[in-house]
Amino acid sequence: MPDLAIETHGLTKRFRSQLAVDGIDLAVPHGSVFGFLGPNGSGKTTTIRMLLGLVAANAGDARVLGADMPRHVDVVLPRVGALVEGPAFSPYLSGEANLRRFDAADRHAPRGTRNARVAEALDRVGLSHAARKKVHAYSLGMKQRLGIANALLMRRELLVLDEPTNGLDPQGTREVRALIRSFADDGTTVFVSSHLLAEVEQVCTHVGVMSAGRLVAQGTLDEFRDEGEARVLVRTPDAALAREVLARVLEARAGADHPVSRPSAADAAGDDDPDGSVTARLGATPPEVVVAALVEAGVRVRGFETVHADLEQRFVELTGEGFDVVQ
Amino acid sequence: MPGETVEASAGSVATRDARTGGGTAWLLGSELLTLFRRRRTWAMLGALALIPILIAVAIIIAGPAPTGRGPAFLSEITNNGLFVGVTAILVAIPLFLPLTIGVVAGDTIAGEASHGTLRYLLIAPAGRIRLLLVKYAGAAAFCVAGTLTVVVVGTLVGWLLFPIGPVTLLSGATVSVGDALVRLLAIAAFVTVSLLGMSAIGLFLSTLTTVPVGAMAATAILAVVSQILDALPQLEWLHPWLFTHYWLGFADLLREPMVWDNFIDNAVLQAGYLVVFGALAIGRFLTKDVLS
Repeated sequence: MPDLAIETHGLTKRFRSQLAVDGIDLAVPHGSVFGFLGPNGSGKTTTIRMLLGLVAANAGDARVLGADMPRHVDVVLPRVGALVEGPAFSPYLSGEANLRRFDAADRHAPRGTRNARVAEALDRVGLSHAARKKVHAYSLGMKQRLGIANALLMRRELLVLDEPTNGLDPQGTREVRALIRSFADDGTTVFVSSHLLAEVEQVCTHVGVMSAGRLVAQGTLDEFRDEGEARVLVRTPDAALAREVLARVLEARAGADHPVSRPSAADAAGDDDPDGSVTARLGATPPEVVVAALVEAGVRVRGFETVHADLEQRFVELTGEGFDVVQ
Repeated sequence: MPGETVEASAGSVATRDARTGGGTAWLLGSELLTLFRRRRTWAMLGALALIPILIAVAIIIAGPAPTGRGPAFLSEITNNGLFVGVTAILVAIPLFLPLTIGVVAGDTIAGEASHGTLRYLLIAPAGRIRLLLVKYAGAAAFCVAGTLTVVVVGTLVGWLLFPIGPVTLLSGATVSVGDALVRLLAIAAFVTVSLLGMSAIGLFLSTLTTVPVGAMAATAILAVVSQILDALPQLEWLHPWLFTHYWLGFADLLREPMVWDNFIDNAVLQAGYLVVFGALAIGRFLTKDVLS
């Protein structure tokens, strides 16, 4: 049995007629930094709410840190720190008082060290100076930091961070990234949901992608990149001919799309012999075969490149949605 | 299987916790601190304190009320300041006290939900039943605070502005000032108990919504409706079951010897409301999807 921090089977949640989460099988290994990606409205937060026992699943099961949720909520949650759908605090209490309140709600958090742990968590997110300020005077970024501090009040085995860099400036974003790395170095499993791909690419070891309630892919970041379809990019003045050749050579592969040609700047300037570029999905065809076919057909190849999909392209391939909200 | 060992060790953590159980006291302490650190709470207690003050000041300015006019005991105040507290609580019971209780009890869960703090309390994890119990205890503490505010401020103001002396009771006997103060506390206890059923109703309504104002208004409106029903003679069969039925029934505590029948009947009725609406609140809250 693989050592998983989070494991779900067929986890499903339906709100009235809408299927928010549709039978997902998550597998988050211990010690990983798992990037949970998906466009807005794809079911990420609902999944997180089910994992934390806030929302009951309609079907399927979830195990967190080896115990069934939500049956073992009282045992599992003290070992989990979480930021869910943005930070939330009592606005009329200070940052410090809010943290003490949440800490007092956890039976396992020792009273004796409460003040020290609150101070340490505030220090870790750089909020010590604002500890006594009422939260209604906090900026969005400060609330976000306070939310992260709340997740750090106790030593956790699992951190679930839903959009942790929301509302943070670039400096704050960098700090959060550094924090996530430091948790991972301590052996804490980090489950971080985001729609910011660059973020995820920089800190994650594993990735899962949600689209319209389904988990459309998951694996290590490297597997994920490799699965991304390589493309060929041909720079040539004979764009039309290159398109034909590419279509013919790559035809054998099922699902290959039609090559797209992109007129270059020279084309727009009205050059007689303009350089165009044509791209197509490479599939399983070796690139040298493509080059040979192009040359044989008399295409003047001025540039040839195979491009590996980056995470963003892969994301768009999988979700087909870009960053739009799924209806 | 590694999963089984985890669950086994997890189970032992749970039993150890059930044995110590100290955490709940801290959660209650934190809840009371939060409640009484809120400006709104103090504003409501301040408004309740104004009732005896206004009554006393009005009598000073306008002179003694003619016997038989205005709330019961009003005409006694110029003779004995100890009646200010009793008069004020009689005035506060039908509307002012239920309004403030409605605000606190209706806010218990819905207020946390509207701030989004409910999800963080639950993943702390506070435990759903434990959170409900603590929230109810907080509302009950406010019932005590609200009632005591009216009685204590009333007595102090009466002491300050009017002569104080032995009190002639409804039964004709006269008791000492000390005895009268004890009876005032007994009245405060009676009124506090009277409000516990309503607090349970507020707690239940609060689990139904994420809009605290809705739960607050509904709770206060129920108190008014219940009092109206209690005033309709055609519904006499219903009266003993209304949670407001005994609200003004503390006159027996002003007889010699004190008669406790009403106090006990009231306590039983309120306990019934507490059990029914407490169970409804737990049933609703345990299965509720927390989406706020």
